[in-house]
Amino acid sequence: MQSSVKRELLDILGPQGFRDDPETLVTHSYDGTPMLQSLPEAVVYPENTQQVSDVMKVLHRHRIPLVSRGSGTNLCGGTVPLQGGVVMVMHRMNKILEVDLENLTATVQPGLITKTFTEHIESLGLFYPPDPSSMAISTIGGNIAECSGGLRGLKYGTTKDYVIGLEAVLANGDIIRTGGKLMKDVAGYDLTKLLVGSEGTLAIITEATLKLVPPPKAKKTMVAMYNDLYDAARTVSQIIENRIIPATLEIMDRSTIRVVDEFAGLGLPHDMEAMLLIEQDGEPETVERDIARIEEICRAERADRVNVAQSQEEALKLLTARRSAFTALARLRPTTILEDATVPRSKIADMVVEINRIARKHNVTICTFGHAGDGNLHPTATTDARDHEEIKRVEAAFEEIFEAAIRLGGTITGEHGVGVVKAPFLEWKIGPAGIAAMKAIKDSFDPHHLLNPGKVFAKSSRKRVVIDRG
Amino acid sequence: MVKTLERQEAATDGAPRLTKLSPLAASLKLKLDEDQLTNCMRCGFCLPACPTFRETGVEAESPRGRIALMKAAAEGLLAPDAAFEQQMYHCLGCRACEPACPADVKYGQLIEQAREAIEEHTTSRRWWVKAVRTAVFKGLFPKQNRMRMLGGALRLYQRSGLARLARGAGVLKLLPKHLAEMEAIMPEASGRGVVERIGERHAAKGERIATVGLFRGCIMDMLFTDTNVKTVELLTEAGFDVVIPPSQNCCGALHAHSGEVEDAKALARRNIEAFRAAGVDYIVSNAGGCGAILSEYDHLLHHDESWKEGGAWFAKRVIDISDLLVRYGRMPSLAHAASAGAAPEGGPSSAGSRPVRITYQDSCHLRNVMRAGDSPRRLMRSIAGVEFVEMPEADRCCGSAGIYNLTQPEMAGQILEKKMACVGTTGADVVLTSNPGCLLQMKLGEARHGAGREVLHIVDFVHGCMRADGAKARE
Repeated sequence: MQSSVKRELLDILGPQGFRDDPETLVTHSYDGTPMLQSLPEAVVYPENTQQVSDVMKVLHRHRIPLVSRGSGTNLCGGTVPLQGGVVMVMHRMNKILEVDLENLTATVQPGLITKTFTEHIESLGLFYPPDPSSMAISTIGGNIAECSGGLRGLKYGTTKDYVIGLEAVLANGDIIRTGGKLMKDVAGYDLTKLLVGSEGTLAIITEATLKLVPPPKAKKTMVAMYNDLYDAARTVSQIIENRIIPATLEIMDRSTIRVVDEFAGLGLPHDMEAMLLIEQDGEPETVERDIARIEEICRAERADRVNVAQSQEEALKLLTARRSAFTALARLRPTTILEDATVPRSKIADMVVEINRIARKHNVTICTFGHAGDGNLHPTATTDARDHEEIKRVEAAFEEIFEAAIRLGGTITGEHGVGVVKAPFLEWKIGPAGIAAMKAIKDSFDPHHLLNPGKVFAKSSRKRVVIDRG
Repeated sequence: MVKTLERQEAATDGAPRLTKLSPLAASLKLKLDEDQLTNCMRCGFCLPACPTFRETGVEAESPRGRIALMKAAAEGLLAPDAAFEQQMYHCLGCRACEPACPADVKYGQLIEQAREAIEEHTTSRRWWVKAVRTAVFKGLFPKQNRMRMLGGALRLYQRSGLARLARGAGVLKLLPKHLAEMEAIMPEASGRGVVERIGERHAAKGERIATVGLFRGCIMDMLFTDTNVKTVELLTEAGFDVVIPPSQNCCGALHAHSGEVEDAKALARRNIEAFRAAGVDYIVSNAGGCGAILSEYDHLLHHDESWKEGGAWFAKRVIDISDLLVRYGRMPSLAHAASAGAAPEGGPSSAGSRPVRITYQDSCHLRNVMRAGDSPRRLMRSIAGVEFVEMPEADRCCGSAGIYNLTQPEMAGQILEKKMACVGTTGADVVLTSNPGCLLQMKLGEARHGAGREVLHIVDFVHGCMRADGAKARE
């Protein structure tokens, strides 16, 4: 980095807020995405919105790219500084600015850790539902940039459903405010929703106003095991058709059940094709009625066994299987690639069958678990980054999985984002006209492509090969 | 998914590899376990568990960051410099990141391997740090008779009035502040260890459950000899025959954690010999820091063909005192006689006063390496007349971390200050721990920020609750 630019940044941030030693650069060259690394030229730690704006003005003048990030846990390469430049870490802006009990909103800074926030909110007797599995370390700003989901998506929605106002810094350093403590607001384009999930490519989020809801009073947990994947999938559809929206409706396929059981020793049957984990929350009477009805549906759809937890401990035990899935898979082989292909929930069984067929075809290990209720699956490949030939097969398999998801009316990513990893496939989902429209938005916000360059849009899209399966 | 080629291009575009590795980088490449480096998938789940990351919020101060630095150095992406070396020593080695890791990365092994490479090739360390450490690690800890002489000398210093003289004359002011403070809270040392005090063999009371070998520990036996004696008494009371092999020596933990792995291995071999000859069913430790490395002798010696089997034999017998008592022991009923609100020196308890409230600071290595953090809690909850209050963040390091509080006083002090605030929220009268380092650090915390709470080893407290006359735990 030019010493004059460095001096300008140091003037704004002070010595505490600027680092460019080799250790800092290396430790900001990656995120949670396997096999992806690129060094920045400097790392900055702003303390307030004004500093963010001042930094951006300097970088804009010198045309230096910037990647804003929280804890760097995303799985799409979203915060890897592919074109060098400056990484902006938001950890020092981590305050809860206000909890408004009259309007049931909270206003927070972007570097706030998600779990710290939800714990505080719950201590006030309120509820903020988005619960990405990285919430112990992910930040609210990162959740907003990637529009994070989680287990509660089906009933409670995802991050986008809770962000009602933002403050953000644009590429030229201008500060904008969108939305507010407003449940209704149609004053112009909905920039709030546009910025949610924009992956740091349109603006740097510096403050967010979030909607809070009253917490459910009761909760019940159950598990159902199936000999046939389609029976499990039909159960999911039947539950929804019966006008029941469970708080959690998770699925694990046969290979995941086996791996989880070998890891956690839960005594799960290895010969079952699918396991559903179902939770309902709400008023105690409603929960009882819903769980009883769901149990009937499971049995009617030929569940081999159904187990409703009678106590808190038993519920926790049932949850262990699903909660251990990622850990169990991550221990199988050195490299774990977790994707998030998503289909309409009526197509869950077809998608799992497709994933298994594709894995066999490419001779790779892919276990599938995920959020059956909202069609969001996590096909997870366990492999070894050092085996280049195998990695090629894994990537070929995922390419086919994305294709299958689109063919079934789904999407290439449900909650992880496009980043760099899925950029070549974005066109499959939204078409050339969709790409053009999105690029036009990008150009109007960030004409010099300084904010998180190289993300969302690929240099060249992958050619989509529709497999003819007769 | 981007093709592999593109991913690798991205990596090389951003960062040209160094063509020639420095001696340190080459040594790191050789010593670091490549599988473990690859196993880290950079999910970041370890970050909230890491004390130094929590203090600084800086990625390089986290397990994920340190592993990335090690990998970058071994792969030639980073030339390991003085800052790299400092970062490797800034880690407390508490290993709280290991239970948090989905991929089961053996971070403790990686940091020791990195330090081993640094010890061999350091260019930045001041020469005297190494010289002092060599004298202490090679000349003192491995030699039990010298440790005892040191204990005797320390006792003489404390008893003869020299200590008072030194404090009064301001000699101690010449020491860095944290060392002077440490001197002040140091318990009275002993030149006679547990074997000299009570002998090598002790029979179980009642039917024998098993024979255990007591690992006495260097610091435990010099500064907390009473605790070792009480450990033996608890064990015999609970139905165990106890042997204290006199030829045992230092566990090697400080050596291994500081990168002196060969010394650690030599110590391990001698301990294996000593305990094998004694024919024990369990090897019991009352110091989490010692117990952890003892339980990893299998890993420490796994490249050593002739000692591999002995290492495994030893490791699987190692158990912490609390764990052994609650899982296999025949514990007498425990009760605490005195109540809080009583006069501090055993005065009569006032009517209506509440039961004594105790809290517990985890020994990181007992919890994260031996994975037996639940047992001390079960033991404490089994005591009548005592209210056990879980301390917020009890599972976080107190900043002692072996010799960390001596080598990294600033960070250790920051961590300790937060720790004492957590102790404060419990309203406890007594703070218990399971490791001498933690015990000293918590005593230091009480001296600096405290409210006159007692800080005791769990063995001392439990032993006090066992006595038929119901005397106070403290003696």
